[in-house]
Amino acid sequence: MAAMAAALRGPGRRFRWRTQALAGGARGAARGAAAGQQDYDLLVIGGGSGGLACAKEAAQLGRKVAVVDYVEPSPQGTRWGLGGTCVNVGCIPKKLMHQTALLGGMIQDAHHYGWEVAQPIRHDWRKMAEAVQNHVKSLNWGHRVQLQDRKVKYFNIKASFINKHTVCGIAKSGKETLLSADHIVIATGGRPRYPTHIEGALEYGITSDDIFWLKESPGKTLVVGASYVALECAGFLTGIKLDTTVMMRSIPLRGFDQQMSSLVMEHMESHGTQFLKGCIPTCIRRLPDGQLQVTWEDRTSGKKDTGIFDTVLWAIGRIPETRNLNLEEVGVNINPENQKIIVDAQEVTSVPNIYAIGDVAEGRPELTPTAIMAGKLLAQRLFGQSSDLMDYNNVPTTVFTPLEYGCVGLSEEEAVARHGQEHIEVYHAYYKPLEFTVAERDASQCYVKMVCLRESPQLVLGLHFLGPNAGEVTQGFALGIKCGASYAQVMRTVGIHPTCSEEVVKLRISKRSGLDPTVTGCG
Amino acid sequence: MGKVGAVPNRRLASVRGVPATSPPGRRARLSSPGTSHQPSEAREEMRRRLRNLIEGNRVMIFSKTYCPHSTRVKELFSSLGVDYNVLELDRVDDGPRVQDMLTEITNQKTVPNIFVNKVHVGGCDRTFQAHHNGLLQKLLQESSANDYDLIVIGGGSGGLSCAKEAAILGKKVMVLDFVVPSPQGTSWGLGGTCVNVGCIPKKLMHQAALLGQALQDSRKFGWEYNQQVKHNWETMTEAVQNHIGSLNWSYRLSLRENGVAYVNAYGEFVDLHKIKATNKKGQETYFSASKFVIATGERPRYLGIQGDKEYCITSDDLFSLPYCPGKTLVVGASYVALECAGFLAGFGLDVTVMVRSVLLRGFDQEMAEKVGSYMEKHGVKFLRKFVPLMVQQLEKGSPGKLKVLAKSTEGPETIEDVYNTVLLAIGRDSCTRKLGLEKIGVKINEKNGKIPVNDMEQTNVPHIYAIGDVLEGKPELTPVAIKAGKLLARRLFGASLEKCDYINVPTTVFTPLEYGCCGFSEEKAIEVYKKENLEVYHTLFWPLEWTVAGRDNNTCYAKIICNKFDSDRVIGFHILGPNAGEITQGFAAAMKCGLTKQLLDDTIGIHPTCGEVFTTLEITKSSGLDVTQKGC
Repeated sequence: MAAMAAALRGPGRRFRWRTQALAGGARGAARGAAAGQQDYDLLVIGGGSGGLACAKEAAQLGRKVAVVDYVEPSPQGTRWGLGGTCVNVGCIPKKLMHQTALLGGMIQDAHHYGWEVAQPIRHDWRKMAEAVQNHVKSLNWGHRVQLQDRKVKYFNIKASFINKHTVCGIAKSGKETLLSADHIVIATGGRPRYPTHIEGALEYGITSDDIFWLKESPGKTLVVGASYVALECAGFLTGIKLDTTVMMRSIPLRGFDQQMSSLVMEHMESHGTQFLKGCIPTCIRRLPDGQLQVTWEDRTSGKKDTGIFDTVLWAIGRIPETRNLNLEEVGVNINPENQKIIVDAQEVTSVPNIYAIGDVAEGRPELTPTAIMAGKLLAQRLFGQSSDLMDYNNVPTTVFTPLEYGCVGLSEEEAVARHGQEHIEVYHAYYKPLEFTVAERDASQCYVKMVCLRESPQLVLGLHFLGPNAGEVTQGFALGIKCGASYAQVMRTVGIHPTCSEEVVKLRISKRSGLDPTVTGCG
Repeated sequence: MGKVGAVPNRRLASVRGVPATSPPGRRARLSSPGTSHQPSEAREEMRRRLRNLIEGNRVMIFSKTYCPHSTRVKELFSSLGVDYNVLELDRVDDGPRVQDMLTEITNQKTVPNIFVNKVHVGGCDRTFQAHHNGLLQKLLQESSANDYDLIVIGGGSGGLSCAKEAAILGKKVMVLDFVVPSPQGTSWGLGGTCVNVGCIPKKLMHQAALLGQALQDSRKFGWEYNQQVKHNWETMTEAVQNHIGSLNWSYRLSLRENGVAYVNAYGEFVDLHKIKATNKKGQETYFSASKFVIATGERPRYLGIQGDKEYCITSDDLFSLPYCPGKTLVVGASYVALECAGFLAGFGLDVTVMVRSVLLRGFDQEMAEKVGSYMEKHGVKFLRKFVPLMVQQLEKGSPGKLKVLAKSTEGPETIEDVYNTVLLAIGRDSCTRKLGLEKIGVKINEKNGKIPVNDMEQTNVPHIYAIGDVLEGKPELTPVAIKAGKLLARRLFGASLEKCDYINVPTTVFTPLEYGCCGFSEEKAIEVYKKENLEVYHTLFWPLEWTVAGRDNNTCYAKIICNKFDSDRVIGFHILGPNAGEITQGFAAAMKCGLTKQLLDDTIGIHPTCGEVFTTLEITKSSGLDVTQKGC
């Protein structure tokens, strides 16, 4: 296919499989490349979800494509293979460890359902980690194979721009490679932020880059931050019976619906995760026995306190990987506040042949599937005569905390801010999953709410679901919202009994009514 | 006179008899003691019979065919357009005794003897007099005020939701519910099939089996505990039954809170507006209502072979079985059969399913076969194309031993085997044949006992409605019945016009690998739209949680059927995989909103879930491309 596409382009634009390995003359060669003929139609910097999707799609469309990917080891020395954050240090290992914790809950449930499981029940971190890591490695391999199958050239090099058509890549060995392309997509993602101003933070702390690759159990853990990464990690650590504390400065899950976020936290609190609210760490010291002594300050009282932990996990946010790309050199504008690359609706940066997708792009949801779709659509626009733009509205997502939280559309706060309290109707319910009954589980936080416009036909603006399998529940409704579902249409949908998701189509009680939203019985 | 009939609930009053008011509005002294020459038992029987007639009819005329006065009265009512019931004393064997009893009750010796709305009007002259002075009209108007505005027969999901909604709308409502014990003697409380012997216990036992699988998985995820894990049937059943008990109780409570009268008695029509309720002790009570809803549901069918009712159990019995069923033969391939077989096998029991023809009739057959093959791979044995001939008890016990003789549907071959339990799940029959429907002319489909209704759930008798599993051609699903019941009550007693929409009703089969669907099966879609007008997108997928657990790749499957000539609208949605029910629900809502393939493609997945597979469907069936996923 690639050959055919090349032939169609005519003799003036022949491919040159030119991967120059030059030590000193890189700049000179680059000038040559900039003069017109490029090595590739498309060069993607960053082999994560978005980058790979874009590269594969372009290759599918017959173009000559290269991907460069290089994982800078974390300060703790953790590194990984092709596939980016999601596969290696994000969604995939996170969900698997979440599943581990869920299985722990199921083992507890099992005896209510007649299973006789002898005590003691222990968890072996090594075994889990090895299984998870093996799966991740198989995915790394799969990505390599897919690139190969689609004739996408892959370079394990660290890239930076030389000019707007050329990047220079440095391999682990120090060898430099120059690559040029008509179009360059930046999809370098982000990495966890370290609070470098805190003494001991960098030396003794780990991040989500490391936690999934630990060979030994992290033991008693302090998670600093209240992002979804923080709460997810704290959730599964608690779930595998580790003593876990979350230290948060202000609110949980910033950007998410705050009522839901509070419930998520409340559920975690009632299931053993400890919370230090309104606190900020000030210093970490290593004790002679190897444990970490953390000092923190209570922001309201100003009091200092200390605690001893085996592991301190920073989950205070992520910073985009834009600093080593030499962007200023080629004139790619970034937002100086957050270092993200400024793009337009077509994902084009301030330099017309340079694009950015995924977590590095300013104002985009930091989610794998959005990056994938954005990458695909970009390739289709560049090479496939498509003009379809990525629609970043109503992107569904799910936070895999012990009680999962799925949402799509607007949070209640956002809906009120946009439309005004008097134009919003919120339907809600506290429900009890059937499986919780026999297992004698507490369902106090199982809650669903639908944020609608008040005026008929009551367009659905947002759906928020807290409960088991929230991700599975939310996906379909996200489509409904995409289709412009009204409250009435959702209510006309017949439920599937007995499921948790049927609670969504049975929402009758509005917040405004002040009625008790607790669901009882099947009716 | 004004107060007569103004009190809506006159059930007790009319049964016990109340002091007579002045004529012609005298109330019949139905149970007043009187002189009689008949033996007392026969007399009481006669009194009851007459009482039923008087109470069961808006207008009751005791007449003689040759009596001109009787004829005049009948003509009067006909001219008023009022239906009446007549007992011609000269045409019944015991006419004279009837007349005696009427005399005793009314102090009137002659015919015609007329009752309107349970009130004794008198003879011909008094009736005409009442007509002239307006009393008759008053009585007739009152006659629409029956004991109840609505009586619901059947306290299952649909009946209860309809009753509650009507009560919320301020109506006087009664629910009659009576569980006829199964041939094995199992019976249960309020709430119907779903709560007691359906969805609820089924899903809980399915969950128990899933937990068994989770236990196996958990070791792969690093959990360690003693290898010896056993399942205890009694512990599980007790927990499940406790939950059901609490639901029964909450239903009772909720009826009470909503002011719905609940009578644990078997309801049977004796007249258009009158129903006889027989309780466990055989006591009969009569209730009248302006409107009725039949929501009696269905019960499992038996084979009609030797030994079936004596030795076999059904889903009515399984969920409260006091002992582990042991080696089990499940007869049938309905969703009930496969669900039960699935969880039994999940507990480690030896399970065989005997299938006469296809699996999950009515469902997409490609999906059905995949459901079956997953079960087969996980230990359920299938005997295809066999039907049982005879079940014989070899040993009593809990469980005992049963010998089953079965015959091939394709030839003379017979097989026999020994099981501890034989569970019949070959279908369900509607409970409509003993409701007295023939007495009041409600038509049923003679073949299957189902009740045909119009799109307002109305039977051929205008004030009688039916909802739920007794309906002909409607999905037999709890949420459908609940919705239909609620909407019906709103139409009857509220200002609503909204009808129940039976299109695109989603459902899920809780087999070990769950199967969720909404809309058309592939077969049905081809039949309706023709193959060339359809595009089917499909893929196999491997849930993330299954990878580390080392569970089968290329087993979970997703498929959508699109109508090419309607913007690739999704007309069929099918998923086989974990949490299929949770996944399907939202897509069903989207289908209500006109889901198209393009919209699926434009929607962003939630990663990593199973549901996201529908946002990236690329391979069409017509392309013939391979959908299996290659190993890593």
